[in-house]
Amino acid sequence: MLYTSLKLTAALAASTLISSAALAGELVINTDTSDPAPKAAFEALIKGFEAENPDVTVTWNLFDHEGYKTSIRNFLTADSPDLANWYAGNRMLPYVNAGLFEPVDDVWEENGLKDSLASSVGSMTIDGKIWGVPYTYYQWGVYYRKDIFEEQGIAVPTNWDEFKAAGAKLSEAGITPITIGTKYLWTAGGVFDYINLRTNGYDFHMALGKGEVSWTDDRVKATMNNWKELIDAGFFLENHAAYSWQEALAPMVQGDAAMYVMGNFAVAPLREAGLSDDQLGFFQFPVINPDVPLAEEAPTDTIHIPANAKNKEDAKKFLAYLARPEVQTEINKTLGQLPINKNSEVGEDKFLQAGYEMLSTTDGGIAQFFDRDYPAEMAKAGMEGFQEFMVKPERMDAILERLEKVRARVYK
Amino acid sequence: MTAPALPDTHPPAQKTWWQQNQQRLAPWLFLAPGIFMFMMYVIIPIFQSVNISFYEWDGLGEATWVGADNYIELMDDEAFYTSLKNNVIWLVLYMLAIPGGLLVALFLNQTVRGIRIYKSLFFFPFVISQVVVGLVFAWFYDPNFGLMNIALGWFGIEPIAVLANEDYVTYGIIAAGLWPQTAYCMILYLTGLNAVDPEQIEAARLDNAKGVKMLWYVILPQLRPATFIAVVVTVIGALRSFDLISIMTDGGPWGSSRVLAFYMYEQAFSEYGFRMGYGAAIAVVLFLIMMIYITGFLYKMYRDERGR
Repeated sequence: MLYTSLKLTAALAASTLISSAALAGELVINTDTSDPAPKAAFEALIKGFEAENPDVTVTWNLFDHEGYKTSIRNFLTADSPDLANWYAGNRMLPYVNAGLFEPVDDVWEENGLKDSLASSVGSMTIDGKIWGVPYTYYQWGVYYRKDIFEEQGIAVPTNWDEFKAAGAKLSEAGITPITIGTKYLWTAGGVFDYINLRTNGYDFHMALGKGEVSWTDDRVKATMNNWKELIDAGFFLENHAAYSWQEALAPMVQGDAAMYVMGNFAVAPLREAGLSDDQLGFFQFPVINPDVPLAEEAPTDTIHIPANAKNKEDAKKFLAYLARPEVQTEINKTLGQLPINKNSEVGEDKFLQAGYEMLSTTDGGIAQFFDRDYPAEMAKAGMEGFQEFMVKPERMDAILERLEKVRARVYK
Repeated sequence: MTAPALPDTHPPAQKTWWQQNQQRLAPWLFLAPGIFMFMMYVIIPIFQSVNISFYEWDGLGEATWVGADNYIELMDDEAFYTSLKNNVIWLVLYMLAIPGGLLVALFLNQTVRGIRIYKSLFFFPFVISQVVVGLVFAWFYDPNFGLMNIALGWFGIEPIAVLANEDYVTYGIIAAGLWPQTAYCMILYLTGLNAVDPEQIEAARLDNAKGVKMLWYVILPQLRPATFIAVVVTVIGALRSFDLISIMTDGGPWGSSRVLAFYMYEQAFSEYGFRMGYGAAIAVVLFLIMMIYITGFLYKMYRDERGR
């Protein structure tokens, strides 16, 4: 009895030894890509990497999208994977500052990524170092009901006056010009981003995000006043504070609303709801101040190596693989988004083509998104203020003063 | 493998220390696991929260000592006062579940064919998850297709977006919360009514007591234990109102339906939060408020025990 259990222990010890030897080639990846398309894209990506590196076994932990935002904090400190996905810009700043991400400048140098991923160098750099590899991004802009515009005889607006006139015409016909659901706040951040980028430009928008400009500054007020023009003219869906962004799709599908300031991810559910490509169109957010170069919003998704990763060598191999043009072409075909690598091919889809054309000719700069460019606390207070502003525009000054108070605290 | 039991040939030896103190020690030994858990998961975390509330900490990096700064900021925070006000509204209005539950219980406390089905139907909302209750009510209030606004439309009243209106939103959520809570109080009173002494009712009948007077002077005093429990669970229910708020409004519009527990969660753990120190400060304030209630509760328990 005693003898057998001893033997068992020995066997166990041996198997532990073997498995720890195998661990050298094991790569653990944590991602939150649990929606159907991203999941399929990652499945293919990992399969491709494994085929090329037969000595590496990939363990892939899939997280739920919302839960991931909390779990990443735990696993980065406690039980680190070798790779984890996250977002560019200010969103990764807390982890960079806490020393939880590994700089990957060498991967960029060795693979010439500074050239092929040039467009995202800025949003990946903090303190002069590069902290990950981006693999996809998508454009924001105005998605609209082409058929309704044609019915009402409205041309695609390119400047503020045309935009307002188009809205007035739609309102007259009993159609809400812009649908939006602000229950979860961030949608209002997108509208603010665009009006601010068009009114004051990219540099100002970023300076405001860095806390260098006061929220009670006249230029911020100019942005808010432009926004107020739309609110006062009844541009936005009534009771928007009661809806999520998905619920706000319904009026657009039913033809009760004509436009949606959104990211490209809105196209898939709109198509599923029955809108054809003849009914659905996309245009760049119109010019407000003609002196301001056009900047766009294009959030970038990235993959990082945690500082506590066990297998950094293979993790870097994976990042190099991920950065390749043909890999990015493939993954973004499945995702329905845009590749970062300039040598990649963009999908046939007309919205992708439109987005690609818009973003590659942008000279004003590419913003990530309000809650990625602005620090978390500022973003939360800001978006809450925007939601309130959209319902009670008369409280503008009080809201801006409140945001100024938050600014004083956040950027100490 | 135990030693064979041999007859004890020795004279009764001196009692060991264990034998002497067994009576006194046994209860503590039995309590030990419970005390250990209670210390680990309740008492120590309370002191930890108090400690964290004096720091500024994002949960990842270094915590820096800021003294009472978090509390000073709290005193100047509009959102904190909104949450505090909502907590009070919750505590007051949630008490409606008690008379509501009593009424339903009195109504159902009769022997009619199929009464068990009615009873279970009335108890049903308490069985389903709070998340489902929240969703059902969110749809009920929906300004476009919600039942409430369709009904209001029959009287020519414009639709009201209850959950998007800063003045109505808290009341709207409380109404949703009252639905399951009333069912809970009802079941407490139903069991209480079973225990009402029929002889006393008989005697009261002989003395010509009827209706409201019978209820007030004869039935209700006998239901005191049930009422006490109902108050306790309702207060607890009001203070843990987190899930309904999270599902129905996520604290909005612009934070006007937040309560302290939700605000604490938002500051400490939500997507844009991770201000552990500030969250802990809110938790400490919430704890102090609950202390008032807990002290009252303990005092009453103590008095009842002694009165016996």
